[in-house]
Amino acid sequence: MIALLKRDLTLAFRAGGGFGLGLAFFLIVTVLVPFSVGPQSSLLSTIAPGVLWLGALLACLLSLDRLLALDWEDGSLDLLATAPLPLESVVTIKALAHWITTGLPLVLAAPVLGVLLNLPVPGFFWLVVSLALGTPALSVIGTFGAALTVGLKRGGLLLSLLVLPLYVPTLIFGAEVARRGATGMETATPLLMLAGITAATIALLPFASAAVLRVNLR
Amino acid sequence: MSIASKANALWEYANPKKFLTTTERVLPFFWISSAVFIVVGLVWGFFFTPDDYKQGSTVKIIYLHVPSALMAINCWIMMLATSLVWLVRRHHVSALAARAAAPVGIVMTLIALATGAIWGQPMWGTWWAWDPRLTSFLILFLFYLGYVALWEAIEDPDTAADLTSVLCLVGSVFAFLSRYAVNFWNQGLHQGASVMRVGAVTGTDTEEKVSNIFFFPLLVCIIGFVLLFIALVFYRTGTEIRARRIKALIARERVNG
Repeated sequence: MIALLKRDLTLAFRAGGGFGLGLAFFLIVTVLVPFSVGPQSSLLSTIAPGVLWLGALLACLLSLDRLLALDWEDGSLDLLATAPLPLESVVTIKALAHWITTGLPLVLAAPVLGVLLNLPVPGFFWLVVSLALGTPALSVIGTFGAALTVGLKRGGLLLSLLVLPLYVPTLIFGAEVARRGATGMETATPLLMLAGITAATIALLPFASAAVLRVNLR
Repeated sequence: MSIASKANALWEYANPKKFLTTTERVLPFFWISSAVFIVVGLVWGFFFTPDDYKQGSTVKIIYLHVPSALMAINCWIMMLATSLVWLVRRHHVSALAARAAAPVGIVMTLIALATGAIWGQPMWGTWWAWDPRLTSFLILFLFYLGYVALWEAIEDPDTAADLTSVLCLVGSVFAFLSRYAVNFWNQGLHQGASVMRVGAVTGTDTEEKVSNIFFFPLLVCIIGFVLLFIALVFYRTGTEIRARRIKALIARERVNG
């Protein structure tokens, strides 16, 4: 398992792995927002938590179609499926690698982009907390979507259509934590719900992803 | 007949031939009775009930809105059940029924959303509000779109049936979750906004508040929509079975020829 994680991380960090693309996308989305809604700082600070969450979510989505497709193309997915490691662990490790290369950088970059959007000071802490808790769920759900569409030639757009509705609960609770945090309100309830969603998806969804992947590999 | 043998008798319809002959025999009954119920319900509702003292005649859109919304949800539940049957017992008719039902569900969702908007305009002063119930219906619509798109995208029919079934199961959990997440989100966003409060009072699920004068024609309409849904699903499943047969025949021809 560790070896697989190392392999995935190495592939992502080395040239052509696309590491940093998601981060650059996140930056661009954040920069484009003031152009589209106007530069008033009061407006920007109101929408900052939601925009940053949406940007992180889209950046996450952007890198999903590479998650399994590259391994599918060069045949290493078949090898992984026949390896002694259960497929459930394989997809969990894949999701973890995706989170380390996409989710974690987004979490770390979010405060910097928060400055650009004039995020209120108490919001920074809650933004980072909510993203740190929520992005693992995004990776796991995304792995399920990637497993569903892995055999398709033009799966990219379909992947978005399938995954985005599944992202709704995570987005609602995650953005709610950030928004409440920014306005100084109580954040415990949405935070617990967000943590619950993340824990449940990590616990259950790999089984669905592995089942779907087996169908696609047969 | 014991319960067990009755339950076994249900599985006979997993045989496509048995399914086709039976549905062909009962389909005319479903078509005609659904037409009768819907026409009677709508005429009764539109012309023989008094106007609501607050809402005027706009209240009468309830006779389309409530049944279609009900069927939109029930259709997803039916798809969930047939997907489970496919995953457990591998009956092809079951998977095809789920496939046949999905577009019907989409249309029902659209009818519910459209009539809701038409109702909302004079009542709430807006075509659309991010009310929890409205929002969750829109999300349900997105789930339907993804489901149908996945069916269309995969060429191998058995793979498509497997993948869409799993998507239906996972999607059901997330749709349910979204329903309650949306409730939470809206309260957090606009606490006690008056549009939302009006929506909750006149909303579709407070049927116990609907007066009996409106309730009986509504009930007739709901029965009519249920019958129509059954007829449509039987009909479309039959079409799917025949399409599958034609494909098999063509493949056989190619092998032999």
